[in-house]
Amino acid sequence: MKILTGNDLMTGLVTWWDGQGWSPYVDNAVDVGDEAEAILAREEAARRVNSGYAIEASLDENGKVRPAHIKDRVRALGPTVRPDLTLKPAEPEALNWVI
Amino acid sequence: MPDNTLGTSPDDVQFRFRDDEVVDHAAVTVDSFLDQSNAAAVRIEPGDNARDLLPHLDRIKLVEVNFPSFMDGRGYSSARVLREAGYEGEIRAVGEVLIDQLAIMRRCGFDAFAPDNELDAADAEHAFSLWDNVYQKTTDGRAPIWQKRHG
Amino acid sequence: MYRYDQYDQQMVDTRVAEFRDQTRRRLEGKITEDQFKPLRLQNGLYLQLHAYMLRVAVPYGTLNSTQMHALADIADKYDRGYGHFTTRQNIQYNWIKLEEAPDLLADLAKVEMHAIQTSGNCIRNISSDQYAGAAADELVDPRPYAELLRQWSSFHPEFLHLPRKFKFCVIASDNDRAAMRLHDIGIQVVQNDAGEIGCAFYVGGGMGRTPMIAPLIREFVPLDQLITYSEACLRVYNRYGRRDNKYKARIKILVHELGKDEYARQVEEEFAHLLEQGIEPPLAELERIKPFFADPAFKTGLPDKADRSDDQFARWVDSNCMPHKAPGYVAVTISLKPVGGIPGDASSAQMHAMADLAKDYSFDECRVTHAQNIVLPHVEIGRLNELYAKLAEADLATANIDQIGDIIACPGLDYCSLANARSIPVAQKISQRFEANGKGELLGTLKLKISGCINACGHHHAGHIGILGVDKKGTENYQLLLGGSEAEDTSLAKITGPGFDEAGIVDAVEKAADVYLAQREDGERFLDTYRRIGMDPFKEALYA
Ligand code: SF4
Repeated sequence: MKILTGNDLMTGLVTWWDGQGWSPYVDNAVDVGDEAEAILAREEAARRVNSGYAIEASLDENGKVRPAHIKDRVRALGPTVRPDLTLKPAEPEALNWVI
Repeated sequence: MPDNTLGTSPDDVQFRFRDDEVVDHAAVTVDSFLDQSNAAAVRIEPGDNARDLLPHLDRIKLVEVNFPSFMDGRGYSSARVLREAGYEGEIRAVGEVLIDQLAIMRRCGFDAFAPDNELDAADAEHAFSLWDNVYQKTTDGRAPIWQKRHG
Repeated sequence: MYRYDQYDQQMVDTRVAEFRDQTRRRLEGKITEDQFKPLRLQNGLYLQLHAYMLRVAVPYGTLNSTQMHALADIADKYDRGYGHFTTRQNIQYNWIKLEEAPDLLADLAKVEMHAIQTSGNCIRNISSDQYAGAAADELVDPRPYAELLRQWSSFHPEFLHLPRKFKFCVIASDNDRAAMRLHDIGIQVVQNDAGEIGCAFYVGGGMGRTPMIAPLIREFVPLDQLITYSEACLRVYNRYGRRDNKYKARIKILVHELGKDEYARQVEEEFAHLLEQGIEPPLAELERIKPFFADPAFKTGLPDKADRSDDQFARWVDSNCMPHKAPGYVAVTISLKPVGGIPGDASSAQMHAMADLAKDYSFDECRVTHAQNIVLPHVEIGRLNELYAKLAEADLATANIDQIGDIIACPGLDYCSLANARSIPVAQKISQRFEANGKGELLGTLKLKISGCINACGHHHAGHIGILGVDKKGTENYQLLLGGSEAEDTSLAKITGPGFDEAGIVDAVEKAADVYLAQREDGERFLDTYRRIGMDPFKEALYA
């Protein structure tokens, strides 16, 4: 599947396109098919996202969205060397998902 | 395309810091300029050597310096090279000229601006007058900070 | 240290106002991201993996305690309670909001600091020797020259749209502690046969994709022509540096393609022309700056020995203290490399602690080093025990300077959007491994440097041991390099062979260290042994 990500213009935080708007959680990302460019152009023009781009992703055995590249998995979780600053500070095993 | 469709026209000039009449000759490329003995306006592209014009400064009334991309900073050196050689005619910045380049262009000797896309007049005025002081000496006549410190 | 006058203050204040206005125009949609990006970069603001990152300039690495406290306050107020000291002697924050960036810059300006030109295709913050003003081996303090260059390069109208970034380094000692020849322009302040002070210019060094050691372009530039000569170097680069290919746009490529003699000739021509333009500040300006860097009031008759009865303390003195030009003093390096820690990171509490110690023990001054540590430049030997105890309380007493645990590591894939692989976890595992096996101290001086991609922010080319993160079909992979040096014996490290995965690279470093331990002769560092025996014995051990 193809999903969209970028950073929030104001806060810079990582965001994912959930079909209606932008979510901080990769699990909310939806397959955009061949709409990627149209959505990004519209959202960037409206200044709801900064430096957006489309990436490949898949659904894992639990139905969770998994970006194909490690870089986007790091973005989805947070810095692996500071679990306390990730989106899942209480789940150290989340780091294994990144790698 | 003949050379004379190249230049900007007086109508394209959005800001000008000169009292003389706006030059209405169409600018030609540096190569054509060097071939023609009667041209009085020339356009410098980023890859051109502004020093090629130095033997002919007395017949030049307008130099356009083109910024195809605002990120290409060669035009700043071109303008300074001409001013340092004593050129007093108009130097017009053309192409992708943006608000946030106006002040430094002035510092490098540009005294006319013909941006591809018209700029917000209030923002431009703010940009031109923002910096009360400067650290470097150029040919724009402004006293650098070190000169103010030491009289 | 240097203090702003009304003009300097006005310049940074105006810059804050300018950036506030630029940010407003971006948020109102008056300028596009493509137009805004170079503007925010020239104010140190990147968009990184997780958020905006802001890089604050620490000119020539020198800070007073007020400034260090302010950096800590910024970490708490605008970020998540910590900052990262970088190989360019700067500090960066990882979680900045665009809407708050102008306020952050305004807070910096209140303590005579800024983020001007810490990124973008312009002249960057000028680096220098972290022991300037303290080192026994320096000719003069290099910082007044760096300050003169700082003012000249700030907002230089001709050089804000260079082909690529441009880095200066100024040192004044034959012992290079600032990687001088790996800069776009490296300046060494020297004395000529007539006893006059001037500057030797090395131009066209750098790391990155195509590492090069800067050749000497001019042996002696008189002090009253320093700015003019620099301007000539830059103008030739601005006019003729390549702009067709981002990877060939640094000045090192221009100098290499022209040949150093031809580049030097073109600079001389431009220099002769510019000398007639009268752009050089008068020497009085240099004389105005110099007293800011005068020696503090060193005491005399101080003890020259500390009480070494505590073993831990004695170890720390041996590794973290450096001889000082004033009797009874040393320069102390505070390691930001605790075992298993994140190289270069400091919490706001640690920054506050270091600021207090700088005030109480080091004439209100501290320095950031290119190895991502903090120096207290002037500490009485007789007060070292006391200082050590206080450092230990703040978890800042690691004794490992220039040892294998004192790893330089860039942020890598944990933070950096250009990265191929993570650097920090590799550094953490190596420091833990060598702590566990007890070989760290035995190895002596061994500089290990890790970059998460070819851009080489972690200086891997200049490591006695270097590690480069690469992307191998979507997984992290690490190449090992040996034999680099950023010091006066500058050399570029060579790749050993095929890369390793994360566990493999830690083992590989240990194997390379073991080869050295087995083969070293008296007094040899790792680097010396490598230079003597060459790559082969290491390869055999690594790939057998
Ligand atoms: S070396 Fe590469 S990964 Fe490391 S900080 Fe620089 S650009 Fe980022």
